[in-house]
This record gives sequence, structure tokens and C-alpha cells, in this order.
Amino acid sequence: MSLAIATPNAAAQRNWLEKLGAGHIILAVALVLYPLVASDFFLTQIGGYSLIFGMLGLSLMLLAGYGGMVSLAQITVAGIAAYAIAILGNNNSNILGFGWPWWLAVPFALLAAALASALIGWISVRTEGIYTIMITLAIATATYYFAQQNYAIFNGHSGYAGIRAPAFWSVNWRDPRPFYYLCLGLAVLSYAAVLYGSRSTFGMTLQAIRDNPRRMRALGYHVTAHKVFAWLLAGVIAGLAGVLLVWFNGRVSPGTIGVDAAIDVLIIAVIGGLRHPIGPFLGAVVVILMQTFAIDIVGAERFNTLIGMVFLVIVFVSPDGILGLWGRIKPHLAQESLRPGP
Amino acid sequence: MRMHRRTVLALAVFTGLTAPSMALAADDTIKIGLLATFEGPFTVLGEDSERGAMTAVEEVGGKVAGKKIEIVKGSSDASPDSAVRAARKLVEQDGVKVLVGPLSGDEGLAVKDYAKTQPNVTFINGTSAAQDTTLRNPAENFFRFSTDGAQWMAGLGTYAFKDKGYKKVATVAEDYSFPYTQVFGFMAEFCKAGGHVPSKSWVPIGNKDFSSVIAAIPEGVDAIYVALGGADAVNFLTQYQQSGGTAPLIGGSITVDQTVLTSKGKLKDVLKGTPSAGPTADTNDAPAWKAFVEAYKKQPGAFPSPSLFAHGYYVDMKATLLGLDQVGGDVSDGGKKLRDALSKLSFDTPTGKVSLDKNRNAIADIFLTEVTEGADGNLLNKLVKVVPQVNQTLGIPEDEFMKLGAVNRDNPSCP
Repeated sequence: MSLAIATPNAAAQRNWLEKLGAGHIILAVALVLYPLVASDFFLTQIGGYSLIFGMLGLSLMLLAGYGGMVSLAQITVAGIAAYAIAILGNNNSNILGFGWPWWLAVPFALLAAALASALIGWISVRTEGIYTIMITLAIATATYYFAQQNYAIFNGHSGYAGIRAPAFWSVNWRDPRPFYYLCLGLAVLSYAAVLYGSRSTFGMTLQAIRDNPRRMRALGYHVTAHKVFAWLLAGVIAGLAGVLLVWFNGRVSPGTIGVDAAIDVLIIAVIGGLRHPIGPFLGAVVVILMQTFAIDIVGAERFNTLIGMVFLVIVFVSPDGILGLWGRIKPHLAQESLRPGP
Repeated sequence: MRMHRRTVLALAVFTGLTAPSMALAADDTIKIGLLATFEGPFTVLGEDSERGAMTAVEEVGGKVAGKKIEIVKGSSDASPDSAVRAARKLVEQDGVKVLVGPLSGDEGLAVKDYAKTQPNVTFINGTSAAQDTTLRNPAENFFRFSTDGAQWMAGLGTYAFKDKGYKKVATVAEDYSFPYTQVFGFMAEFCKAGGHVPSKSWVPIGNKDFSSVIAAIPEGVDAIYVALGGADAVNFLTQYQQSGGTAPLIGGSITVDQTVLTSKGKLKDVLKGTPSAGPTADTNDAPAWKAFVEAYKKQPGAFPSPSLFAHGYYVDMKATLLGLDQVGGDVSDGGKKLRDALSKLSFDTPTGKVSLDKNRNAIADIFLTEVTEGADGNLLNKLVKVVPQVNQTLGIPEDEFMKLGAVNRDNPSCP
């Protein structure tokens, strides 16, 4: 009895710093201090952009890693939020643009993204494995062409331009530093939510459903409802990324949500690793850096080949991405530290 | 110890990320950004545009005002987002003060918008040819020495109606701002001459299956006006021929460009005799053009004759170099002197004199052409007529021209 009481006491005495873990603290400090050393370009085009695509990868990681549902439609969900911001807020394309303030437009955009995601989930949860990939790819492609050829709502190939991040609390969130911190804040929030959610009852149930849906059904769980709810949560994260993306680009067009972009998100998640929510962010940094600078390394003709080869090498060396790579290197490092010094 | 190693690793990663290639340009070099499409459906076009730009750079021996020219390349995939992203990288990371590009219509509109946020950088167009890049709401620091898509059509509508005798023409064009501009330029003249356009088909870029488009072309049209680029043009023309279509064609500027004419396959019979118009003509006899073709052919992988993308990037790069030469390569004042010089610039290109109007859009000669087979079996654009010094309002007084309205899918219309 005394033991049963002592255990929660000991847990409570565990300092919150310990709970957070040294890795998280170092990472957080580094990310917060990053603007001190980075140029504006590295702050937004690399930092902010990686965080945005990391969030997109995170929403895929939530579905694929915990729910076993690989989706190619996360960029579509983000695009729905982005288009919603363009349509409900201000744009300079002379089409729609209701001029709502950001605090009204953003919740609506997130709601639209979450509902759309839940709908995509509801359509695709009856399938498994490659069939889910095919259905979500079909939805992503259909949405791309729908946006491309619908002029009344989406303004066709040109899309919407002239969208600006808002200025509030006397901060212009479009400036590089505030925008980076905005991305960082929302990314950390999403990351923490996924990490917390994965250990919650719902998260555990979802992982159990991933491992054995038949048994969970037999135990009385509503498998479809759990999966669709996971889609809804992933939709909120992808929607947040979509809002940031449209503020970052200042514009949204079918090119933003094309199949290329959908595959980029998948690559980011796979390169990074699907076992832990940090994976997609690592993947995003690698992919964005490659896409930005490969052209400087090998010139304009062959740079996509180089990008492809680097990705192949990563997946070849470590099938579970950069996270897996770390898992493989760590024991070696530890062993080395055990060796006697010279 | 493990903790320590982890810290070191994290630090190493971050210094790696944050120590960008900040090598500042030495005083004896000038950095020029070159933005073109090296990915996506217009890759072939982008590669030829690079040849054109490099022809201009090599013409001056890689030096301007005694300084070495350093070309920094950026790539887009013809979508406006990617063009802005590439432009941002060139301007904000590589620190170019002069940027030449982009290649296609909507990219130009997007880069113009971006130009407004970078008043100290001078943007010179590549070949992007949407009308509103310069006509409506222009940017002070965006210049176009390569004319727009409506200008390129000068003379074609009248020629098709009067000389060819086409009264009813259907159009098939890609669904974005540049083909809108081309159709506008063609129809402005064709409708005025008394012609009718009963159907307009707009197809997405990168379309592979044109069967529904071909089926929708009405019976009994005298000709089909086609404004498709690169792979899209080849796909449409092949499928049109395979489906037994026989109506003669009228070509948009990039439809009968060298990027399409040199493609393999049975297109020869379909394309022969197709009238078109554009900023270049392959059989131009002018010595300046011939010299340009020779210089262009020294570039690796060159076509038998430069495409209009090679020509456009050449003209814009040449204007850039002339402007830089006039100010002694000095852009330390945020490019103000350079922009003054560029605004007043008037020079002879391989295709005649070019000068700018008040919106910084080019006034230049346009060539009416017809596709023929050259002596060596290659398809060529034979020069039919030169329309001298076409301005952006196609010779119509400006206020009257503005009343025609902004170019879009429905404007103009003469069913």
C-alpha cells in the first residue's frame, strides 16, 4: 500500500525539466536563439519554410505512424485552409475576398481544413495500405485540377495573390523574425500536442487499432470513428501549416497543392522517419535545404538528380529515415565513450 | 559523456545550418541572377532561354564595365509560387542586385508583385509575356525588353482573314495568362477584320489527353488557332492528326517555335504552311540576325535556329549588360542609376530596334511567318512580313485600348 502511494509521489517530485528531457531543452534553446545567427533568408526561406513543411509532415506522421494510414492529401488539406484565408480575407486578384479580419478568417480556415480532412478520412478509412495511398492521391489530384479549372472560386491557374500576414499586438507578423517565431510557436504546439496525444488514451487506442483492428473491434471499440477522429486532428495541424504557408508565400495557386507538393510531404515524412514526431521536422530541414541549394552545387541541368540520389542514399542506408540513422549511430557513440582515453 | 556528445552534435548541426554561403561578392565581379524554368513541362524552353542569355554574356566576353560577370541561376517549374521562391533565393540569399527572368506568363505577374517589395533590386524580364505584367499596375523596377504575347500576334489576325481567307476559327490554348494574351492579340485583329471565333478551348498546362478538346472543336471551322507550348503542343498536334483532323492550323508564337518544330515524329505534314507571328523569324536575312544565330549555335545543345526563348533572354540580358555598362557596373545606389539608364535605353537587337514605353515595356518589330521545310529537312519559320515597331497597345490609342478591358478567358469575344 505504501508503495502504491510512494510511486505517484516520486513521479510528482520529478522535476518538470527532467520530464522535458535534455534533448528537447537543447533543441528549444537552439531554435529560439537561431534568429541571432541566421540571415533573413535563412530565417524565413529555410527556417520558417522547414517548420511549415515539418508541420505538414507531422500531420502525415500522426496518420501514418500512429494510425497506419498513409495519406497523400495533407497538402490538399493545407491548401483548403490557404484558399479559405485568401477567399475570406483580403487578396488583390479582384475575385471574392470578403475582407474578414484574421481572427475570424483563421478559425474558419482551420475548421474547413479539419472538416475536409475528416471527410477525406471518412472516405478512405475503409481501405488499407496501398489503397489508402491511391484514394488520397486521387483526391489530391482531383482537388488540384478542380482548383486549376474553377474560375469562380479558385481563380484558375493564377490563383490568389496579394495575401498578407496580419499585424496585431503591434507586431507585423510578416517580418522575418516575428514570422519565424510564429512558425516556431505553432510547430512546437503541434509537436507537443502530437507527443502528448500519442500517450493519451486516444493515442494508445489508435496505435492498438493500427496493430490489430480486428481485435480492437472485437473489444468493442469503434474503429472507424477513432480513425476519422485522427484525420480530424491531422487536419487541424495541416490547416495551421496551410495558413502559415499562404502568409509565407503571399499567394496560393494550384501549383501550391499539386501532386509534386503532395509527394514532397511524403518524402519529408519518410526521409525524416515516422517513429517519432521529431522525424518530419528533420526531414523537412534536409529536403528544403536540398531543394534550395542543390542548384548551386551541380548547376541547373542535373540538380533534381542530385536531390533524388541523396534521398535514395538516406533511405538505402536507413529504411526508417534520419531518425533510424540516429538510432543506429547512438550505440556506436556510447560505446566509443566507454573506451579508455589515450 | 553521452550528453556532451549530443550537445556537440546539436551545435555542429546548427552551425552547419546557419553558416550560409555568405561569401560576399568581390568588388571586381557583378552578380546577375538568371531565373528560368529548369523543371516541369517547360524545361526544354528554359534550357534554350539559358543559351540565349549566355550568348549575350559571351558576346561581351563575360565582362561588363571592366568587371567579371557572375551568373547565379535559379529554377522554377512554371508555377508562380516556385518562381517567387527562386527569385527570393537569388535576391535575399545570393544577394543579386540585377535579376533576369522569369520565363512564363503567371510567373511574370508573380515576380512583378515580388519586385514591388524589393525596390533596390532591378528586375528585367526573361520571356514572360502576359499583358498585365507591365500594362496594369506595373512595378517601378520591372523592365521588359522582350514585348508581350499580344504584341507578338501583330499582323496575324488580318493575314489569316484576308490572305488565307479564314472566316471562322476555333481556338485551343493553355489556360493561363500568357495564352490569354496571345488569343487577345490574335482576336483583336481577326474580329476587327470581320472574322468569327465560335469556340475557345482552354486546356490546363501539362495536359496529356486532348481527345475531349478535339471532339469539342465545332464542325465547319476554317482553321484552328493553337496556342500551346512545349510538350503540350506536340501532344495536341499528334493527337489531332491521329484523330483524322484536317483543318489547317494557325500557330501561337510558341506553338511553332523551334522547341516544337525540332520534336521528332510525324508533325511535319501537319505543321507545314502554318502561319504564325512572333518576335523572331528563322529565315530572317538581316545580317544582325545571322550573326546572332551563329553566336547562339556555339552554345551546347543548341537548336538549328534560336527559339523565341533564346531570343527573348538574349535581348533582355543584352539590355541588362548595356545598362550596367552605362553606369560603370555601379549598383551601390540601390540600382537607381541603372534603372534610369534602362528606361532611356534604345538599341539594335538581331531583330531590329528596341525601346521602352512609359510602363517600361518594349516597342519592337514583329515578324509574320509561315512554317516551311528547310534545305536540310528541318522545319523553319519563313519570314512573310515585318510589322515595324509594335507598341503594347497594338497601335490603338491608350485610353481606347484600356477600354477593351483586361485580358482573360472571355475577353475578347466574337462568336
